[in-house]
Amino acid sequence: MLSDQALAAIAAERRKYPADQARSALLAALRIAQEEHGWLPTELIEEVAQVLEIPSIQAFEVATFYTMYDLKPVGKHKLCVCGSVSCFLNGSDDILAHLQKRLGIGIGETTADGLFTLQEVECLGACKDAPVLHLGDQYLERLTPEGIDALIEQLRGGSSDVR
Amino acid sequence: MYVNGVTLKNRGIPDSHRLSVYESTGGYQALRKIFSEQVTPEQVIAEMKTSALRGRGGAGFPTGLKWSFMPKGVSGTKYLLCNADEGEPGTCKDRDIMRYEPHRLIEGMIIGAYAMGARAGYIFIRGEFIEPIRRVEAALEEAYAAGFLGERILGQDFSFDLYVYRGAGAYICGEETALMEALEGKKGQPRFKPPFPASYGLYGRPTTINNVETFASVPDIIVHGGQWFLELGKANNGGTKIFSVTGHVQRPGNYEVPMGTPFPELLEMAGGLRPGRSLKAVIPGGTSTAMLAGDTMMDCTMDYDSIAKAGSALGAGSVIVIDDSVCIVRVVERIARFYMHESCGQCTPCREGMGWLWRVMHRIENGQGRAQDIELLLNVGSRIEGRTICALADGGVAPVVSSIKLFREEYEHHIRHGQCLVGQRRAA
Ligand SMILES: Cc1cc2nc3c(=O)[nH]c(=O)nc-3n(C[C@H](O)[C@H](O)[C@H](O)COP(=O)(O)O)c2cc1C
Ligand code: SF4
Ligand code: FES
Repeated sequence: MLSDQALAAIAAERRKYPADQARSALLAALRIAQEEHGWLPTELIEEVAQVLEIPSIQAFEVATFYTMYDLKPVGKHKLCVCGSVSCFLNGSDDILAHLQKRLGIGIGETTADGLFTLQEVECLGACKDAPVLHLGDQYLERLTPEGIDALIEQLRGGSSDVR
Repeated sequence: MYVNGVTLKNRGIPDSHRLSVYESTGGYQALRKIFSEQVTPEQVIAEMKTSALRGRGGAGFPTGLKWSFMPKGVSGTKYLLCNADEGEPGTCKDRDIMRYEPHRLIEGMIIGAYAMGARAGYIFIRGEFIEPIRRVEAALEEAYAAGFLGERILGQDFSFDLYVYRGAGAYICGEETALMEALEGKKGQPRFKPPFPASYGLYGRPTTINNVETFASVPDIIVHGGQWFLELGKANNGGTKIFSVTGHVQRPGNYEVPMGTPFPELLEMAGGLRPGRSLKAVIPGGTSTAMLAGDTMMDCTMDYDSIAKAGSALGAGSVIVIDDSVCIVRVVERIARFYMHESCGQCTPCREGMGWLWRVMHRIENGQGRAQDIELLLNVGSRIEGRTICALADGGVAPVVSSIKLFREEYEHHIRHGQCLVGQRRAA
């Protein structure tokens, strides 16, 4: 399932580590696979293990341990709202409630059109900009319900650079 | 006062992450000085000791001393790691150093590698930090191109390779040995210590690990001297330190101030409290440190010793300000959830205990608390502390136990009346 491009990216990761430590490239290889495929089905995890020449159990252990790997399909836009204490003190519960109402889904669910997945996550390391949301390669900060409305409109309109 | 003068010095300058800007403001002068003045590795370490720089990742271990633990004259590769896994609620400083001052971090690591004889290094950055990752990767490319990294750095008999390693989501990887496991491509589960990383670290090799802010403090210490850095702060608490002030303040942010700055001054910088509010409590060093009463905090200065004397810890300098609009039970319930979620699961007292603490907190918060629940929380807490492989579990106990000590009447009211003594059920 992995493209030549993905295989080249994995090979580049391998070169960062001693020759006998291919396993060190595992987290990166899984990320590269997920970026290409959207999520990590069982066969893809097995393929990553084969590419790195490590037992597949090692790849499954890692894929299930870390939170950034998606083991089921997710929406095109995965909205990860921080609910840890600094964000909580600045109204993250209201942001989450607003998103649930706007999208008509609960936490951990995906909209029927496959566009949005909503998740509550722990501290994103941007607490001074609370409340914070992680979306793809961006952080959206100091969220307000109005800002959320604008964000959803923009994403529905097809734009993904929302800063 | 020496404000924002060391690790975040260039934050306000456009393109401060670029090599050209860093060099035009004195960047890489520390490294050049080491070579031109033929400063030996031992002298670098001595300067670090004089500076009284203490690790900025949370434990506050003296950096010069840590560096002196690296074995000399061993064959094979020694490693230098940077901990940029920043994930404890309230902590958000390393992200800004990497966004605005990536070269300061890199220069600090090169100097560290020179002092300890490390041949290779990795900067472990949490996976969500895409912008910081890109900034650091771009800075590494610039540094390689300019001859600051790689073979024979600046023509000297010294080589050091440095790479970015991206995490994949797990707070526990911030624990130094869990980080090494993750770097080896495994689940991030802390190792038993001893052996310590200086003898058995990454791939079983001698390894030193420091926090981003620790490394970023190094170049100025070399340029201006350890004594200069020490005198910015106070004895045993050298230098300036970034305090991430978050929560109920009007201007949350990263403020880099001298160690020993009175807390009221820091609070003032962060815009003070919201109008009409009073200071209820402060968590001074991130959620793993004990909560202090607002009044106690107003008498503290911001340094390891003062905060320890008050019964808590400076941690990573993550100051979470809590005003009187919110119920403490609800705040602590939220913190307890974090530890339940982040326990790596290998020690029974932590795996079971973190969940237990949260469930009891949760039922108290939701009006189903039982008369004996306060004693239960204290009891469970006392059975966890000191009985686990790493400090995560103790960190999860601290907010619960300290908040009961300070706000027992709020807990009791919750249990008796099934609702808050203060504030609305939802935080404002
Ligand atoms: C559960 C846990 C999480 C930690 N998270 C971090 C972290 O995100 N960043 C960090 O620098 N240190 C973290 N630490 C501390 C590290 O184990 C280690 O002490 C530190 O990286 C050493 O660097 P320093 O001496 O420069 O502070 C954590 C410790 C524990 C027990
Ligand atoms: S204390 Fe908790 S997080 Fe630390 S090693 Fe044990 S189970 Fe894992
Ligand atoms: S608490 Fe939300 S980013 Fe840290």
